[in-house]
Amino acid sequence: MATKVSERGGASAPAKRSPFLVELYRSALGKKYVMAITGIIFMGYVLAHMFGNLKLYQSAAEFNAYAEFLGTILYPIAPDGAVLNVLRVMLLGALILHVTAAFQLTQMNRNARPDSYRSKRDFVAADFAARTMRWTGVIVLLFIGYHLADFTFGWVNPAAEGATLYEKVIASFSNPAIAGFYLVANLALGLHLYHGVWSLFQSMGWNNRRFNHWRRYLAVAFTVVVVGGNLSFPIAVQVGLIS
Amino acid sequence: MNLTLRVWRQAGPDAPGRFETYQATDISEHSSFLEMLDNVNEGLIEVGEEPIEFMHDCREGICGTCGIMINGQAHGPAQSTATCQLHMRSFSDGDELVLEPWRASGFPIIKDLVVDRAAFDRIIEEGGYITVDTASAPDANLIPIPKETADFAMDAAACIGCGACVAACPNGAAQLFTAAKIAHLNVLPQGQAERYQRTEGMVDVMEEYFGSCTNMGECEAACPKGISIDFIATMNKDYRKAKSQNRRSS
Ligand code: SF4
Ligand code: FES
Repeated sequence: MATKVSERGGASAPAKRSPFLVELYRSALGKKYVMAITGIIFMGYVLAHMFGNLKLYQSAAEFNAYAEFLGTILYPIAPDGAVLNVLRVMLLGALILHVTAAFQLTQMNRNARPDSYRSKRDFVAADFAARTMRWTGVIVLLFIGYHLADFTFGWVNPAAEGATLYEKVIASFSNPAIAGFYLVANLALGLHLYHGVWSLFQSMGWNNRRFNHWRRYLAVAFTVVVVGGNLSFPIAVQVGLIS
Repeated sequence: MNLTLRVWRQAGPDAPGRFETYQATDISEHSSFLEMLDNVNEGLIEVGEEPIEFMHDCREGICGTCGIMINGQAHGPAQSTATCQLHMRSFSDGDELVLEPWRASGFPIIKDLVVDRAAFDRIIEEGGYITVDTASAPDANLIPIPKETADFAMDAAACIGCGACVAACPNGAAQLFTAAKIAHLNVLPQGQAERYQRTEGMVDVMEEYFGSCTNMGECEAACPKGISIDFIATMNKDYRKAKSQNRRSS
């Protein structure tokens, strides 16, 4: 007899009703929707994040003013910093969902093949990015922790007390080790995005034979723009383009 | 041609397995892969050894019984080809071939290269059918079906249920098989009555036995019938529709 990987009510289970979204989440397909939708949120975020940081190339004053502005969005309609903090909480929530779903799905997949192939697999379609999603995901997660400690909280930032954000960026990226870490983490982000952006269309079932090939193009373009921008910052500091 | 085979031998479901090495000698490059194994087995029987057990039936790529992991690829290196249709000309003289059974917890090993694919039957039982009036045979072509729809359904119906998609999937997921079986009936007018029960039921049973899709596309590459992963996307979209429909009507 085939062993079951998981035991869930299924369609015919007696209905003790939970909210629709909770019920949907119980299925692996539902978890994939969560992966996809939170992924879209992160796509919007990383794109805006990269784009905003291009101000580093304008001037220190512009960049600092931009950072200041983020805290005062919709002020005085909303209290000072309110919008920013709401966005932060939303991103944190999305992150928790994304990681939890990924963890649960990984667990399920491990159970689905506890006894792995003894001979070496010869993959045809599964590319490096697809097969390393779990690892690039973990690298990006660790990086997010460091990145927040570096600039948002300033705990590990090498700049002196009271430095502006611009000075903090320069201080951090002047250190070759930190700059190197940012490069590695962003390459991991690139791999993660390249598979994720394409993959979310599949998971959500957004397909149409006429535009299906565009999903790959979009994944490549999006990855190149975001990661290209992100990589340029530590490199620009290292080569002395901005200081 | 002469080849060295390293074959997974396992006496029973719970017995420990190991690779055994065999020589396949004087094999015609025109023979099929399974004929090559027949050849080796004849040799084994002659010297009083247990022949290698492997799955086969039609030997013409239509029944979905055969299936061996050959050198790390489900159904071997040829594209859109079941193991039984694979010819020895796909290999070269002196090659070493490693043969393993499908490995997935939904496909427990029975013996050697033979696995139990009853989990696929459990999925089919959940909705891989339509309800028809059996009293009198309906006229053929009574229900007009646009050519495009018929083609779409036929592309999905080409699935022979071999399980290579599960075997090839790094996650041991059965998405391609299930999606094909759902799509085949869901697009046709005859499939509408059970549409939402089918979609939810089959996906739920699939998830009880198999892993979850990460969109790697390895299944599509291994599939002897070239079933497209577009069907998986269609299933993913149908599932949430089915969930909400079934909920409303229950
Ligand atoms: S989808 Fe292809 S690989 Fe999977 S069971 Fe059907 S024919 Fe075999
Ligand atoms: S034996 Fe029937 S498909 Fe290969």
